[in-house]
Amino acid sequence: MTIRLNNIKGQTQIKKKSFAKRLKNNYQLYLMVLPAITLVFIFSYVPIYGMQIAFKDFNAKLGIWGSPWVGLEHIFKFIKSPYFYKLMWNTFSINFYSLICSFPIPIIISLIVNEITNARYKKALQTIICAPHFISTVVMVGIIFLFTSESKGIINSVLDMLGFERIPFMAKAEWFRPIYIISGIWQNFGWTSIIYIAALTGVDIEMHEAAIIDGATRLQRIWHINLPTIKPTIIILLLMNMGRMLNVGFEKIYLMQLPLNQDVSEVIATYTYKIAFEGGSFSYGTSIGLFINVINLILLLIFNNISKSVNDVSLW
Amino acid sequence: MVKGKNDYIFNFIINFLGFIIICSVLFVLLFIISASFSDPREVVLGNVFLFPKGFNLDAYKTLIEKADLWMGYKNSIIYTIVGTLINVSLTMLTAYPLSRRDFKGKGIITIFFMFTMYFSGGLVPTFILVKSLGMYNSMWSLLLPGAVSTYNIIICRTFLQTSIPYEIQESAKIDGFNDFGIFFKIILPLSGPIIAVLVMFYALGHWNNYFSALIYLTDRKKYPLQIFLSEILVRSQQVGIEQMMSDEDLLAAQKQADQAELLKYALVIVSSLPFMILYLMLQKYFVKGIMVGAIKG
Repeated sequence: MTIRLNNIKGQTQIKKKSFAKRLKNNYQLYLMVLPAITLVFIFSYVPIYGMQIAFKDFNAKLGIWGSPWVGLEHIFKFIKSPYFYKLMWNTFSINFYSLICSFPIPIIISLIVNEITNARYKKALQTIICAPHFISTVVMVGIIFLFTSESKGIINSVLDMLGFERIPFMAKAEWFRPIYIISGIWQNFGWTSIIYIAALTGVDIEMHEAAIIDGATRLQRIWHINLPTIKPTIIILLLMNMGRMLNVGFEKIYLMQLPLNQDVSEVIATYTYKIAFEGGSFSYGTSIGLFINVINLILLLIFNNISKSVNDVSLW
Repeated sequence: MVKGKNDYIFNFIINFLGFIIICSVLFVLLFIISASFSDPREVVLGNVFLFPKGFNLDAYKTLIEKADLWMGYKNSIIYTIVGTLINVSLTMLTAYPLSRRDFKGKGIITIFFMFTMYFSGGLVPTFILVKSLGMYNSMWSLLLPGAVSTYNIIICRTFLQTSIPYEIQESAKIDGFNDFGIFFKIILPLSGPIIAVLVMFYALGHWNNYFSALIYLTDRKKYPLQIFLSEILVRSQQVGIEQMMSDEDLLAAQKQADQAELLKYALVIVSSLPFMILYLMLQKYFVKGIMVGAIKG
């Protein structure tokens, strides 16, 4: 993953010219970046200014600046609210279980795919396993409802055929997480494995040849050569996922949510959405968002530092 | 490579595992396709697995009559084309200067962009901004707030740095090209693979976008496909109607319910097909494009 600043030192010091002359020489390059800078400024930096309403009682008539300050009231209200622990736990647990269940799969798949010698077979496999990634969240949730339907879904037809009871999956809170996680794996394992497969092309062939001469089996070579090759990629992806521990995607959960499974399916993102857009409390919604944003940033810094000291791999 | 002792067994196991992996994806896709072409009753009773039973096109015929859906389809096509055009031009225009060694201030500019990857104002402040700019309930509310993707700019910059030799640009400069000239006459023609990847990523994002439309659009005529899909596929879980009817009505209602179910399978196909095809067409660029992003990190 290219989340790293370019090493600019040494490159920019090639020529020292006066600022005016540089601007004249390069003005077209500045013109090229101008539209993107303007848009990012408006749509990413101005909202950061707007975040002050987390500490205010936002009133549309008074505007962002004119609304009265209330300090940390909203954040305390959130922390003290009866939903707080439930929301934190639901968000954390769905991410945590997802990560544990789905993280190793693309790695294993990429190691298997890398061993396939028939080029056509390999390509067909890669093409097919990536296809589900292109299905939209809405359609994916639609497929989930179709497949798990109690009276009409194929999963229950099979259960019925095998002599089991039909299960109303979507109406049972305890099935919410498994369905969310399994469908997530099905949709994304192929896509994520591409990154590892790409990283595996960087394997040192000479190491393999040397290992063959030393009598290493293929399994040993996978374990001792291929796996260490993709280790930095694994760590970076793991880091990014850990940093997102409280940052569950809104759409899929929102769409899968039914009154019957709300007990486990209400997460911070869906709660914030309801507070802000169904309840109209913009300030409260913003303060929850800010609270989570800060926690996420701290998590990211912590995991990045751990990885830097242990493995010498860093996002920056 | 030299062949090991147990290579045949090993290869067999590997190929077999590969086959299982393929099946795990293909079975679901094939089932949806088969179901959409089958007799509704057979699907509901669970008699359809890999091949259609009682082949017919009823589901697709009903789909054609749904005017709402085609309006959504049309809107989505417009949003996707306009949005992707904006995204790709902005990304290329920004990535190119950042890839130039002699571009002063690129450090600061990169930080300016990267910061937004780690900290953002969040949903509500962005919403308030969009509303105060008068973009509420307009196409631009879907296209402009996310128009610049830092991640894609960085991937693109890396591609330009690594696959287009700087010397070409220098000699073009000596030949009298200015920066725009270099960009349009040299950089763009050599960026085919990365542009293909960008088009694919961005277009997919617009086509599948549901959330922005959910919060920003109120006018039904402007809804993209995904909103209509969510109404039909997700929010139409009708339960308990069957108990209130007489036997004849029940049979008719049941038939209708079965057909409604089948319609959903057809809908899944019709809405996902454009991107499956685009994906297959642009597929050869993918691994290249993703590799640029993955390996360099």
